[in-house]
Amino acid sequence: MGCCGSGAELTAALPEARSSDEEVLLASRIVADGMRQTDLSVPTMHCGACVRTIEKALGGLAGVQSARANLSTKRVTVRWHFDDGPPPFVKTLSRAGFEAYLFDVKSDKEDGALSELIRALAVAGFASSNIMLLSVSIWSGAEADTRDLFHWLSMTIALPALAYSGRIFFRSGWRALRHGRTNMDVPISLGVLLAFGMSVYETVQHGPHAYFDASISLLFFLLIGRTLDYMMRERARLAVRSLVQLAARGAFVVQADGTQVYLPVEEILPGMSIMLGAGERVPVDATVSKGDSELDVAPVSGESVPLRATVGSTVRAGTLNLTGPLTLVATAKASNSFLAEMIRMMEAAEQGRSGYRRIADRAAALYAPVVHVAAFLTFIGWMVATGDLHNAITIAIAVLIITCPCALGLAVPIVQVMAAQRLFKNGIMVKDGSSIERLAEIDAVIFDKTGTLTSAAPRLVSAEHIDSASLSLAAALALHSRHPYSQALVEAAAGLTPSPVVFDDITEQAGFGLQAQSGATVYRLGKPSWALASPESIVGAASVALTQNGQWMTGFCFEDKLRTDAAVAVVKLKQSGLRVELVSGDRKEPVGLVAAALGVPYRSGVTPNEKVARIKALSAAGQKVFMVGDGLNDTPALGAAHASMAPASASDVGRCAADFVFLRQSLLAIPLAVSVAREARRLIRQNLALAVAYNVVAVPIAIMGLVTPLIAAVAMSGSSILVVANALRLKGGEGIAASAAPGTISAAAILEAAE
Amino acid sequence: MKDYFYLIPIAFGLGLTALTAFMWSLKAGQYDDLDGAAERILHDETDAPIRTTQPGR
Repeated sequence: MGCCGSGAELTAALPEARSSDEEVLLASRIVADGMRQTDLSVPTMHCGACVRTIEKALGGLAGVQSARANLSTKRVTVRWHFDDGPPPFVKTLSRAGFEAYLFDVKSDKEDGALSELIRALAVAGFASSNIMLLSVSIWSGAEADTRDLFHWLSMTIALPALAYSGRIFFRSGWRALRHGRTNMDVPISLGVLLAFGMSVYETVQHGPHAYFDASISLLFFLLIGRTLDYMMRERARLAVRSLVQLAARGAFVVQADGTQVYLPVEEILPGMSIMLGAGERVPVDATVSKGDSELDVAPVSGESVPLRATVGSTVRAGTLNLTGPLTLVATAKASNSFLAEMIRMMEAAEQGRSGYRRIADRAAALYAPVVHVAAFLTFIGWMVATGDLHNAITIAIAVLIITCPCALGLAVPIVQVMAAQRLFKNGIMVKDGSSIERLAEIDAVIFDKTGTLTSAAPRLVSAEHIDSASLSLAAALALHSRHPYSQALVEAAAGLTPSPVVFDDITEQAGFGLQAQSGATVYRLGKPSWALASPESIVGAASVALTQNGQWMTGFCFEDKLRTDAAVAVVKLKQSGLRVELVSGDRKEPVGLVAAALGVPYRSGVTPNEKVARIKALSAAGQKVFMVGDGLNDTPALGAAHASMAPASASDVGRCAADFVFLRQSLLAIPLAVSVAREARRLIRQNLALAVAYNVVAVPIAIMGLVTPLIAAVAMSGSSILVVANALRLKGGEGIAASAAPGTISAAAILEAAE
Repeated sequence: MKDYFYLIPIAFGLGLTALTAFMWSLKAGQYDDLDGAAERILHDETDAPIRTTQPGR
């Protein structure tokens, strides 16, 4: 059958969905003739021995040319010859004890920016240290011809450094100006360029004052801030991207001659027949043409109870096939499927948010005109007072140099880097600095239920009152099913002695339950009406029954399991003055139960559109909404909200849409993020106040014409150091205790990886 | 004073060397896996980064 067979009958026995050869192929790229490269994310790799085991295991496979593990990013790069299909990477690693996920190399294209920043920083650092050394001797009173020589030397060093390191600011400033806006890079570029231009003039004229040191060290300081800022975002992006990819990459399509080929999702057309094994995700919207199974629809509609899918049912892209193999007929292309529709809605919803202007930009919009007007007035004033053109220009440029927003340029990013660092230590990823600013402004929190407030998996109610022999018997049966209720039973029976009953034959009947034979005895675990010989003998309101030859043994009830600390988190949010609301796509009863347990108002049966509408209504009433959700159906709402957060278990688009992603189980991450964001806002305001205070002192000195290069250098470095020191105060503070739930192991490992 | 000016090109040259060395190490991928490099020194096998094409096994 080779690599093309779907093997639906085999997959039923496998505990996890396979990463098929075709999927590996799709995620790989060609690096040389007949040579392909695959990147795998291995979150549990954490020491030198792991590196060695992984490299040996993969390197020993036939066809693998080289395997290189990266301990810092927890990734493995494998190069292999494409002769007879990809070697079994994932299987080999799982045999060696590591879970591995395919890492899509194609979407990784933004690597250039960081190395550009670091190179610019290195050049600026080299130039500023050399120029500073020359300047110190000038300040100490060098003779006139020595001073001139040193000015010439400084200029020779400064010119290439300015061109190389400064272009990052010039580019961004120019882009803003061309669109008729102004940002912080405009006064920075202007100040640096004018300082350089005037110094060149002074040097040529053998003048005493040149500001080469000021203009280059300014670039150096600002580049430090910018590089840190970029690294913070890059790290969060990588950590989020290393999480398991939930969307289907492709599916097996049955061709006219009956053979099956694995096609990428984009190439599946309406009318094609798709084979979907148990444990696989529905790739496109489709109808069922053969088979009987149950679908986990939680990511799509928020309903926690699986839905039955039989011949004729419509299934939506993104749902997970739980119990049996299905044959589907595609009804829409990937670009018209539910997933794509959600992304379009999210993009439309995000338009409203793009109106947000960063604090730094708002400050720059005020600051730049004031400074430029002050410099112009200084020029006019000195012209009127003395009539000396050269002197007036020199002093006006000195005003621009001294007000060049070094401290202002660092004031915001450095605080955000510290805040992101602190959130990171507590398992929260931040997409960019602006989300920290927006989070500090919120006044209402909207939660999604399934997967956010509750874990995606249900929990067995009052397990301690159930006879342990029946429970372990039920668990032994449930081991053979992927249904969430079965998994809850297995989890509940974890500590019990295994059941002595030996089963001969176990079958799963989709939509009903499991049936097992043990000698002459028939056990059934599933819907009470199906498991019992006579439906009248149902006891209580159990949703799952265990029967022996049609006779009642035990009933099991299930409920949504609240995430760790959900109640505490909600109370904390309320204490900090926020309105908390539950908006879910699930049915009324389960939503009501959860809302009652937490004491918050709720809305149930809400469609993705209505979620966005609810957020828009609140925003129209002047409220800034923080959306916390995980499902595909939450994605538009995540985009529409003022700020948004998703758990690591969220759908891929959800994770990408959210501003924050929390990796640990505990919901305490949410109040923590809010308080850190608010503290960051306080520090940013302090820093801006410090920068303004510095200007209030420095500008009059500059206007009076008393500024020398020495004063400029001291004042600018002094204010920058003050601002950075103030931001460092955010680093303190205790972290929330890491809750060591089993599901968080890989997330915690990713966290360590990035640290 | 002028007798010591020869120190200036020396200082400049040293700085430039350091800068070039840093640029080279950055480009050669020496900062790609800082944790891994610390561990790899304990391995016995000869070890080459993935960029250099190893002879086929």
